[in-house]
Formats: sequence, C-alpha cells, structure tokens
Amino acid sequence: MRSKTENDRRKFILRMARGAGITALGGFIWSAYVDEVTASQLILRPPGAIDEDDFLRTCIKCGLCVEACPYDTLLLAKPGDNKPLGTPYFIPRDIPCYMCPDIPCVPVCPTGALDESSVTTDGKLDINIAEMGLAVIDRETCIAFWGIQCDACYRACPILGEAITVEYSKNERTGKHAYLTPLVHADACTGCGLCEKACVTDKASIFVLPREVAMGKAGSYYIKGWDKTDEKRLEDVSSKKETTEISKEKAIDSLNSSMEDLY
Amino acid sequence: MSLSRREFLKSSAAASAAAAVGMSVPSELEAVANEAEGDWRWDKAACRFCGTGCGIMMATKNGKIVAVKGDPAAPVNRGLNCIKGYFNAKIMYGADRLTQPLLRVDANGNFDKKGKFAPISWKRAFDEMEVNIKKALKHGGPESVGIFASGQYTIMEGYAAQKMMKAGFRSNAFDPNARHCMASAVVGFYQTFGVDEPSGCYDDIELTDTIVAWGSNMAEMHPILWSRVTDRKLSDPDRVKVVSIQTYTHRTSDLADIEIIFSPNTDGAIWNYIAREIVMRDEAEGIIDWDFIKKHMIFAAGPVNIGYGMRRDGEKSLKEGKYTALEMETISKEMSKVVSNKEGPALEPYGYKAGDTMEHTAGTLGHWEISFEDYKKSLEPYTLEYTAAISRGNPDENMETFKEKLQALANLYIEKNRKVVSFWTMGMNQHTRGTWVNTLSYNVHFMLNKQAVPGSGAFSLTGQPSACGTAREVGTFTHRLPADMMVANPEHRKIAEHKWMVPEGTINPVGKQHIMKIHRDIEDGLIKFAWVNVCNPYQDTASATHWIKAAREMDNFIVTSDGYPGISAKVSDLILPSAMIYEKWGAYGNAERRTQHWRQQVIPVGDAMSDTWQWVELSKRFTVKDVWGEWAPSGPRTEALPSVIEQAKAMGYSEDTTMYEILFANEIAKSYKLDQNDPIQKGYDNSEGYGDSRNVVGSDGKVFKGYGFFIQKYLFEEYAAFTRGHGHDLAPFDMYHKVRGLKWPVVDGKETQWRFNAKYDPYAAKATKESGNSHAFYGTIAKALPFGDLKGVKDKDKKSLANKAKIFARPYMDAPEIPDEKYDTWLCTGRVLEHWHSGTMTMRVPELYRAVPEALCYMHPQDAEDKDLKQGGLCWVESRRGKVKARVETRGRNRPPRGLVFVPWFDEKVFINKVCLDATCPMSKQTDFKKCAVKVYKA
Repeated sequence: MRSKTENDRRKFILRMARGAGITALGGFIWSAYVDEVTASQLILRPPGAIDEDDFLRTCIKCGLCVEACPYDTLLLAKPGDNKPLGTPYFIPRDIPCYMCPDIPCVPVCPTGALDESSVTTDGKLDINIAEMGLAVIDRETCIAFWGIQCDACYRACPILGEAITVEYSKNERTGKHAYLTPLVHADACTGCGLCEKACVTDKASIFVLPREVAMGKAGSYYIKGWDKTDEKRLEDVSSKKETTEISKEKAIDSLNSSMEDLY
Repeated sequence: MSLSRREFLKSSAAASAAAAVGMSVPSELEAVANEAEGDWRWDKAACRFCGTGCGIMMATKNGKIVAVKGDPAAPVNRGLNCIKGYFNAKIMYGADRLTQPLLRVDANGNFDKKGKFAPISWKRAFDEMEVNIKKALKHGGPESVGIFASGQYTIMEGYAAQKMMKAGFRSNAFDPNARHCMASAVVGFYQTFGVDEPSGCYDDIELTDTIVAWGSNMAEMHPILWSRVTDRKLSDPDRVKVVSIQTYTHRTSDLADIEIIFSPNTDGAIWNYIAREIVMRDEAEGIIDWDFIKKHMIFAAGPVNIGYGMRRDGEKSLKEGKYTALEMETISKEMSKVVSNKEGPALEPYGYKAGDTMEHTAGTLGHWEISFEDYKKSLEPYTLEYTAAISRGNPDENMETFKEKLQALANLYIEKNRKVVSFWTMGMNQHTRGTWVNTLSYNVHFMLNKQAVPGSGAFSLTGQPSACGTAREVGTFTHRLPADMMVANPEHRKIAEHKWMVPEGTINPVGKQHIMKIHRDIEDGLIKFAWVNVCNPYQDTASATHWIKAAREMDNFIVTSDGYPGISAKVSDLILPSAMIYEKWGAYGNAERRTQHWRQQVIPVGDAMSDTWQWVELSKRFTVKDVWGEWAPSGPRTEALPSVIEQAKAMGYSEDTTMYEILFANEIAKSYKLDQNDPIQKGYDNSEGYGDSRNVVGSDGKVFKGYGFFIQKYLFEEYAAFTRGHGHDLAPFDMYHKVRGLKWPVVDGKETQWRFNAKYDPYAAKATKESGNSHAFYGTIAKALPFGDLKGVKDKDKKSLANKAKIFARPYMDAPEIPDEKYDTWLCTGRVLEHWHSGTMTMRVPELYRAVPEALCYMHPQDAEDKDLKQGGLCWVESRRGKVKARVETRGRNRPPRGLVFVPWFDEKVFINKVCLDATCPMSKQTDFKKCAVKVYKA
C-alpha cells in the first residue's frame, strides 16, 4: 500500500506534468493527451524505463534517447499516435530493439526515466537484463504448433536458448516427425521484439507486450518448495488483512446475528 | 446428400487424417471432402526448395496459385513443411517478376554490350541467340558455347538441354550449379560404389540408433528431415544419440548429445581416427566384419599431390596478368606447396614429410588397389593425440574434453548392434579434399558392416530439389550422359546416339568444361556464348569479381533465363523471362532417389515461357550443316571432332533438317498425344503442347499455338528408357501421377529402399544369386584396378572387382589458403533456413524478407572485442580477392569459435562470393565455399 504522502507526491508530479502539457500544447490537445495517457498501458518503452507511472512523470520528452538509437527503433509519440505525447516508445513489428551491448539510449537520459542501474550488472551495462516487455505466443496461429518447421522467432532471438527455447514433442499425426515449438522464458526475455519482427505469419503470432500486461502474478503466500530462488518473493510479503463476503463482519457480530435461516 | 457444417468438418478432418496414415477413405466421404473444397482446385506437386523433396498440394483459383498445403499422403513430410515450403504459393508472384525478353541496346535499338536493357520480342531474342551462338561456334567450335545448368531444372528441361547441347551443338561446356553442391559426393559414390547416389533412404532415420551430422546444419537446411531425427530422438532418448560435428555451433547442435567443433578441413583426420580405432582395436575386440570385407571390399589408394583445382601455370588469364599479386599468393600453391608440420605426419606413409616440397599434378581420378596392411599403415598417424591436436576447432575448449568426445564418437560407431547413420551436406562436399572425405565416410561404415542396411549407412544429403533427379540422373554435367553414362566412354556415347537417333560420332568425347572451367573459359576468351538456366552463377561462384568482369567487359554474349532480376540477369546481355516451377509440367528427384511429378498448375506470368520451350525453340534455329560438320581441336579437346553430316544423310536427314525435327519433334515424340480424355492431362494446361490463352508471340513472330504433342511426357519417357534395365529404373510417366513419388530402381512397380542389399534391391539379389552374398556393389565404373602401395602402382595388370566396393587410404591435408598474420580468420559461408540459395525467390516473399533481410557476419564476441567491432555495427570482411561490408553478429543462431566467421551467401547486397576462393576438390571440381582466409575490421 502506498503511503498517503507518497500518493500526494505523485499527484503533485502528475499535476506538474499536465500543467506543462497544457502550457506547451494548448487546450485543444489536452483532451487527446488524457486519452493517450489511458492508452499507455500497451506501450513499449526503451530499455531501462522505470515503472510506467513514474516514467510518465519523469520523462521530460527531450528525445535524446530517440536520437541516440542507431537503428531508428525509438519513436517520440506524436499527436494521433494514441500514446502519451512526446514520450519514447517502439513498435517491434516495424523496428525492434537490436539490443546494443552499449545501450546508447539509456545513459543519455537526463532525468533517470531510463534508469542506467536497471541495465547494469557488476558495473557494466548489460542489455540482457533489460525488461522492455515480454514476448507472448498465440499457439493457435503460430505455425510451429501446426508442425511446420519454422522457429524463425527462436533463430532471431539474440539470446536464443535462454529467452526462447525450442520444445520438442512427437507429432502423433504423422508418426515420424517432431514438433519444434518455441517457448518464451520470462526471466530472460527482454522484450526486444526481434522475434515479433521475424515472425512469418501475417499478423505476428509472437508479440511483445509490456510485462505487467503480459504476466500474471502468483501470491507470495505460497513458495515453490522445489525452487530455492523462489523464496525471493518473500521479500515483498504483505500481511494485509483480506476479507471475503463471508468474513467481512466481525466474528462477534455474525455470531450474534439472526438465526432465522438456520432452522 | 446434405451434410451439416459440423459433419463436413468432421469428414474433411477424417479424409486428411486417413491420407496421412495411408488408409483409403470410403469414396463417398472423399467425394464430399473434395466438393467442400469450393471453387479452388488442389493438385499435388513437389516443394520448390531443398533436396528433401517434400510433397505439397497447390490450390489454384482464377488461374493463380492461391495456397499451398503439405501433402498428408507424401511419405517424406506427411503434410508438414518448413517455412520456405510454407511460402510456395507466393514465390512466383514477386512484384518484379520478369515478363518479357530484355536486351541491352543502343539508342537505335541495336544490341550494344554497354547499352541499357529494353524489352524485345521473343523472335528478336532468338535472332540474337542464333547469331551469337553461330559466332561462338565459328570462333572456337562447340567448346565456345557454354551453359550454366542446374540442379533445379525439371527432369524434362534438363533432358531437353542435355540433348540439344550434346547431340545438337556437340558441346560439353554444360555443367550445373549442382557441381557446387554435391560433386564431391558424386565422385565419392563413383570411386567407392562405381555408381552414383545413396544406398540408403530416409527410412533409416526411423530405424537407426545414432545420427551423426558431419558438416551439415540439417536443422536449418533440411528441417523436415531434422524433425524426423528429432522424433527419433524423442522416441528413445537414452538409446538414440545425436552427434553434431561442425566448424561452428549452430542449430543442429541443439539436439546433440555430443558436439564436436573441429578446425576447418580436419574432418578427414577425424574419419581416419575412427577408422584407426576400428583397425587397431580389431585384433583384441573383433570389431571388423571380416566376412563382409572379404566378400565385398578391396582397399585402394591414389595420388595425393593433386593440387586444389585452382588455375594452373600457363593459363591465359594468368599470363595476361588478370590476377593480382595477392591472389597469386594463393594460386601459386596450385603448382607446388611445402608440406606443413600439421599435415606432415599424415603424409609420411605416402612418402612426404614436413618441409618437403610437394609438386602438384592436375587432379586425377586414378587409383589402384592396395593391401590391407598398406591401408593400416595409412591410418597409423591418426592417434588420438595427433588427431585431437590438429582437429580441435575451438581454441577455448579443454584438450582433454575434446579427446573424450572423439573417443566417444568412435565408440558410438564401433558399438556392436548400434545402428549409425552419418549425414552430411556442404561441409564435406565443399572441400578441397571433398572426394576424399566422402570416401573416408564409407570406410568406417563398411568395416563395421553398417552400410546399405536398414538403419545404418553414410548418407549424402542433397542441397537442391533435383540435383539428384536432374543434374545427376539425367546427367546435365560436362562429363555425363543419362543414367550414369560418361561422354568419355565410346560405348556409352553409342548408346546415347542410338537412343537420340543421331549419327554415331556426334557426341563430343571430351567432357572437361565443368562449371568453374566455364567461368574460366569465358575469362580466357574461349567461351563466347553462355546461357544461364535456372541458376544464378554470377552470384553463387567464388572469386565472383573475375567472372562478372569477364562477362561485362569481354567480347562475349551472356544470356540469363530467370523469373527474377538477380545478379546473373543484371550482368547479362539478354534476359529471357522464364516460366517458374508450377507454371509448367515437371518432375524432380530428391536425395533418397524419389522421383516426383507435377502438372502445370497455372499459365505463366507475362510472356514467360518454360526453359524446355526455350531450348526447343532454339533448336529450330540450327540445322545439320550448322552443327554436325567437322570442328577443329579447341579448348580441352586436342583432336578434331569429325563431321557426321554424311552419316546423317544416310539416316534420312538432310543438311537443312533442323535439330528441332531430329531431337524434339520426331515421329516418336509426336506419338505422345495431347488428349483431354487422358485422366492425367484432363483439365490441365499445357503451354508447350497447346499454347495458351495469353497468345504469346513466339520465336517466329507468330502466336505460339503449341507443339501439338505431349512433349513433357515424351522427354520423360525417352529419358526413362535410359534408366531401365541396369539399376536406375524409373516407373512410367503415368504412374508418377498416381503416387507420391517412387524411389528408384522401380522394378515390377516396386521401389527400392536399400540399394546393393540383396534383401531389398532386385539388382543385388540377381547379382548374388550364386554367391549367396548379402550385398552386391554392382556399379561398373572403375571396377578393374592395377595393384600398388601408398606411393604408387606396382603392377599395372588390372584385376576385376565386380560387385565389390572400395575402402580408400586418404590422408589429412591442409586447405590451400589458411589464416596467417595478415588474413587471420577463417571465413565459412553457407545458408539460412529462411532463404533459398541466392534469394531470388525468397527475398521477394515479404514475410521471409522481413524475417531475415540481410546477411550478417557471425563471429565470436571476443574476436569482435579484439578487433574493436561492435555488435550490430558494420565490418569489412576482406580476403586477397575482395571485400564486403556486413553487420557484426556475436549472438544468435550461429556461434563460431574464435578465429572463424560465418557469412551466409543469399544476400546480393552482402556479396560474399567476391571474397571466397575458387579452389575446388581437384577430383570433383566442387568449390570449397567453406574455407578461405580473411581479415575482419571496422567499416
């Protein structure tokens, strides 16, 4: 739970940002801006981008990251893009992130909206730990699940074998071929989108979504007994009281309530 | 009868499932399934791409192919495809398809070598061809007319081209791109078995316990076969072992129990190490099947100082200084070399030691019988120590680990009752000792009696869809005639001349203008006319700059027939728009001897016409007196080719009879009737037979109304007659339209799974009737040998080896160009799954283009760092011959060890063949695209 002061601080930052938007762009754009903020749920940010809410408050729309990108991957949202105006994003099906080892887009960020420390391992930039998004597969349209020998996404993956692996299973229909189907590993996938770009179906059958959209979340009240690293989830364990319909009244109140339904 | 939607869905699912397992469906249900298919038509065909030979079904609607599906009834793929196969429906419809003949012209419309391409009529195109062929013939006789042929020809067009070249023009300057992909396998087959093509078949995959991939990225290049390998591994993961033996890590290693990364060219040493293990451990462990060996094998050796198939001293272009001093550093090794420390021990049994100068003769196929003791002596150097020391390919791998892997590999082969299949493709074939390495593979299998038996054998996979079916079986090579016959053999020439109804003595007996020689002969000014058929030789040949310069700057006439404007079209003088695969009747033969036919599905795009039509129309322009007179010695031919005009007259031909009338529209040809009541032909177009609704204005300036007979069936049946009766037997044309391909020899309607094995091959059964032997290696080529030792012939008397195969002593030798201080890195080239060969088709399929838009330079991250190269940044890859710019890739699908880079060759923008060396196996003349020395630096 956020503390009241933190909430207040966020509201303040947001107000400031909106104020800047109004000043810079005039009243007419304002309504579009609000819509585009709500649409930002599906936007993919450059590597190192901090939490989306914070990102929107911290990014000053200077475009330095966009300028630094050698592949023209990054775009600045324009009016009509249905994205928060002026913020950087990318569309992997058009131009994915090529995962430059020196990550030129991140260190140039003047505000920390792109957080260098989040893409640094042992003091060195490490694009492999970026979390721009997560590739998900539509198993209905992915032709590898039909038995076609494709795995174009796997071969396109810069960290193949980690972010995407190939699963082998027997094709009982033919009796002598195997399915070689892609499997994305969320712990390694950076969301670069090279797989989405390479996918050969009309509309990509593997595509990158923001991680919070793509992923579920298991509660920290159950820890995998077979996985030592899973205990990490206990770090943000909460002892919040939870109620259900049946437990919402105090015990004494429910005990003292009418018995008419019981007999 | 009415069916609900749900019932219909059920019935169509049942029909395809039934077809998949080869069951027959009740005809009523089948009829419903067909009816439900709507207003498109499904018909069977073969995939356009690799040598796997997957069966597909094409859907045609309104005269266009609209969809493809894997053919559930096809035994190879059972309804599946890879992603190239998945896009068969799109490959003919690229936006820049060539639709009309184009000629380089000046402002007045006259041919001008320096002019720009402008559209011309078919008539004008043939006029120009006729004039320029006649000019070339006058210049240097038949040897001056050259053809770049193809392993992607249909059987019929390859046969038509073969016939016109060898019986018409009397030219053997006719060689396919297949030379670049499997010539070493072919010579390996000839030397070992006396006959071409594999003994086993794909069924070995389901039957084996061990799959060893040698220099082959099967996972990307033969994906459907790889999915069968994967399935085999899944069905018994503990028992079934997969070994990947490569010069860099790639997709095929994913499934491997053992991955061996070897140093380029040392695969032969590894084969010899395994053979040494077999021979040296035999006494103690009883490994060798001596009964099998004594009945079926002899041991053999040949000269080792055979050079590298490069240009030799005295050749015209060398004398004229067309090669730079840098290039000459490598080319000089063709004449002699100093034996290196690395190869010294391997060459000692042959009389050479490190530091000796080895004088090279031109490559020879000659060999002689030796004793087992001499063979054993040849293996002595390949101790685990020596082999590991020279063959470890990853400098960062622990030597002991590497040795353990080699030992484990040998043990897998040797293990009693373990079945083993060795697969290879370009790694072993594109190799300056490719023929040797191919023969070395059979040694190991033979000594263990693990060859030509179900589930075991060394099996050469093929790259192209009809490298076997057309290039090899039809014989579209400089030295070959149909069905394993040779132009050098007078008996074979006679057989062909008789079948072709041409005078005895017509066929030119000198067949030495292989594909590299054709390029070199153009550069030397011998060949003045060259025609590119179904290939892209100006992109796919090493030392490319030389050949392009010769085509563009010398006095010659280059023609390219193609569907798309590739590099070859661009450097040509005349471009002919060609009908593509499903726009014509055709047939391909895959790597397991399976012949598959299809019907013309649609009318070609624009004014495109088939290659068969182009050859047949060209034949109308040449008469007996034009081509059958005497030809003075020329090029490799040192004797005059006599006139056969008088004999022709005696056969009833006149001086003015056209080659068309003799070779293509003779009485027998006309007996193959066009007939819309014939169930095979009914409802299908035949643009050559009838002409078609486009009313294309043909080679005579009039609308082409067709030949009036079933020319494709005629060509196939005439060719098939060559194959029958001696172990190559093809089935009748009509039968192939009823089945999903058949593996030849087809005897009494039955296909053959394992050749040479008396249980399965009727020819072997016949040959072993009296001896009761298990096998008969009944090939007839080089089956009588003199006797000698490792250093040469001692007894010239030839002894017959009927029905026997050969185990060859062959040493490890270095490649001609190896990394040094200046050019410090190995360059290996190859392919990617997404693109076919030079990409003319697949780079025009948007999805495949998007998936892999450019060729990358794959390299080790440490090398990149040492050379100050950035992941994704540009680098130059430069050899003594040229340089290209490519993007650095240190991650992903291909992971070379330090010291090696891999660059695929599909991308004309990253024209890597400018960098590659045109050294070849001197026996097979196949180029080694896998090895040359480069430097890589920041661009």
